[in-house]
Amino acid sequence: MPDQTGLEALAQQLSEALAGSVLATSHAHGRAEIQIAPEQNVAVLAWLRAQGYSFLASLHGVDYYPHEPRLGVIYELLDMRNVDRVSVKARVSTDEPSIASVLELWPGADFPEREVYDMFGVRFDGHPDLRRILMPEDYEGHPQRRDFPVGGEPVLFTYNETDGYGADR
Amino acid sequence: MSALSDYRRREESITMSSEPVGMGETHELLTLNIGPHHPATHGVLRLIATLEGEVVRDIKPIIGYVHTGIEKTAEQKSYWKAIPVVERMDYLSYYFNAMAYCGAVETLLGIEVPPRAQYLRIIHLELNRIMSHLVWLGTSALDLGAMSMFWYCFRERETILDLFEMSSGQRMHTRYFQVGGVIEDIPAGFARNVQRFIDEMPSRADQYADLLEKNEILLSRLRDTCVLDEQTLLGWGVTGPLLRAAGNPWDLRKAAPYSSYDHFDFRIPVGTVGDNYDRFRVRHAELYESTKIIQQALNGLPEGPHIVEDRKVALPPRHELATSMESLIHHFKLVTEGFRVPEGECYYPIESPRGELGCFVRADGSAKPARVHMRDPSFVNLQATAPMVKDAYIADLIATLAMVDPVLGGVDR
Amino acid sequence: MEVTRQPDHEFRSRQLMARDMLRGSLEGDDLDRYVEQAVMTTTLDRAVAWAQGNSIYPLTFGLACCAIEMMSIVAARLDIARFGFEAFRASPRQADLIILSGRVSMKMAPVIRRIYDQMLEPKFAISMGACCSSMGVFNNYALVPSDKFMPIDVHVPGCPPRPEALAHGILKLRDKVQGTDREGWRERYGAVGTEEILGA
Repeated sequence: MPDQTGLEALAQQLSEALAGSVLATSHAHGRAEIQIAPEQNVAVLAWLRAQGYSFLASLHGVDYYPHEPRLGVIYELLDMRNVDRVSVKARVSTDEPSIASVLELWPGADFPEREVYDMFGVRFDGHPDLRRILMPEDYEGHPQRRDFPVGGEPVLFTYNETDGYGADR
Repeated sequence: MSALSDYRRREESITMSSEPVGMGETHELLTLNIGPHHPATHGVLRLIATLEGEVVRDIKPIIGYVHTGIEKTAEQKSYWKAIPVVERMDYLSYYFNAMAYCGAVETLLGIEVPPRAQYLRIIHLELNRIMSHLVWLGTSALDLGAMSMFWYCFRERETILDLFEMSSGQRMHTRYFQVGGVIEDIPAGFARNVQRFIDEMPSRADQYADLLEKNEILLSRLRDTCVLDEQTLLGWGVTGPLLRAAGNPWDLRKAAPYSSYDHFDFRIPVGTVGDNYDRFRVRHAELYESTKIIQQALNGLPEGPHIVEDRKVALPPRHELATSMESLIHHFKLVTEGFRVPEGECYYPIESPRGELGCFVRADGSAKPARVHMRDPSFVNLQATAPMVKDAYIADLIATLAMVDPVLGGVDR
Repeated sequence: MEVTRQPDHEFRSRQLMARDMLRGSLEGDDLDRYVEQAVMTTTLDRAVAWAQGNSIYPLTFGLACCAIEMMSIVAARLDIARFGFEAFRASPRQADLIILSGRVSMKMAPVIRRIYDQMLEPKFAISMGACCSSMGVFNNYALVPSDKFMPIDVHVPGCPPRPEALAHGILKLRDKVQGTDREGWRERYGAVGTEEILGA
């Protein structure tokens, strides 16, 4: 991990290279994180990739309910040569949840982006095959948003088997 | 024209000369659906394969058939009650799932795990790695037509599961790892049984090699099939034995040691060609290396507590409940509400049998995690199957799928 | 215990009697007694059920964690071939037992129903593990309990059940197929619900 100063230096270089891209930085629990403007995500990630953070370890979504903008897309980047990790976070709102796809940088972002779309409803512009991946294709709603009910059914025991789903049998 | 002469005419028209398969415009494309119920897909994976003759032109994996919503369920449980839930993601490497999750929570809490717990974790992690590779070896060999490997591999797997049962009381999904350490110290006799197993394991692994590596059918099905180079694999996000088979010695146990992996002397098997045979060889060689790690951890097992002394996180020992009011309060608080974790985010990567297993935990200050996400290696590695099997035969597709070793519970979560 | 073999005088006399019967010279009480000794009567249904219960072909069908434990019942330690259940079939048309081994997701439920419909009668279903019986620890949006979309004969509890538990479930299924009256304890004890009514 870059330390606090290393992270600040990296963010400084990044905002010099791409004006207005860095919104905030945070360094906690040994994890360096740069929050970026969502519309510049491809440029920022391409720049970081050229700096050596060339492996996209993970791409996942987070719901920051009730904070706004609610949804977060997190890219965990890894520099295999220096064994260094940095995470890049882009926050998008639920009204217009869209961000550019990074498929041209890493083809391996295909499944993770589809998963974030499926679970959080973030549209990835430029993704050629943005469909639901884990839920059935005709499913409605984005189940891992925090305001989505967890669902489930009452478990059948002998005392309630007459009023549950087995009642008609 | 009589039926017989028609037959003769057709028979004579057959030439024995070989033609390049799948070339020219006369060949039609055939879409073949494989799965979700198919014995060779290692679970409920569905593949839409586009074939030209017998050559695979494209495959599209369709997943989600065992999607369980584990990440959502984990958000509804307090931190330590989420451990059994996340364990069930990748059902062949449950200790690894628990390790990634506990590691993430420990990082957020800022806990230092006692050395004995770290060593006990490593013993169980490496036993689990051997177990996972054994199931892989048995089922993959079954896909390739080597039936008896299944029985041999499952014999050793049962021995390992007996060890798990001895230390935790469960065969699978043991929930042995706890935030701050392990739930209980190992019972008397466990070390002796582990020693007996690791004395035996290398010779068993030799037997597997003897059975498989002199088998002409297996060799010709694995050698030089479905090669993919290192750079392409990195672009697809592939880690673990698949990446190491292509020659990149990336292993988080060496590169970024966690849980005192840096105390041990072991080597990382690396392939040279990057074909299915190398994938097989790398995993097979890891059996020996894991055995070596267990031996060292067993010899150097430090004395001391098996879980942190911090009563805010770890349950007090049972005997204290009868004498100490404070312990009783801590116990009640932990069991009913659980511990609170300060606000923050953490991504904790470890090396699972299939590659980088990262757990992302977001804490919002309450007693339940606000988000748990597993970066499961099977999920990412599965994408690389399509470029691997492009322009290969459909029989190689089955072999490649076996060598990629996706665990569908981890893919779908 | 020492086992000594006695010369079987009975055997010789039965042999002679059989010869007499074939000649047609066995009559009256002797004939009746002979037939009672030599012939086992049963109904065709019971004979078929006996054969069926001892040669069930399960479907090679794994869902999740329990599938690994299902695999280990065919392995050496708990060799299910001892009971005649080892012939796992990959095609639902050749199988007559489906073991739902693992969690059934919303996406998978129609597929399972279709596989079950493709199986030929008589067909049986075992729901293995907590997930597909009651959704277990994951009682959430993604899962469906198996009772909801297909009939289940035996539920095996556990998460995952030990291989022994699954073998027990399979033997319970055999009892059910063969019609042995070991099930139906509730009727036997006159119990309503989970409690027993004593003296009924």
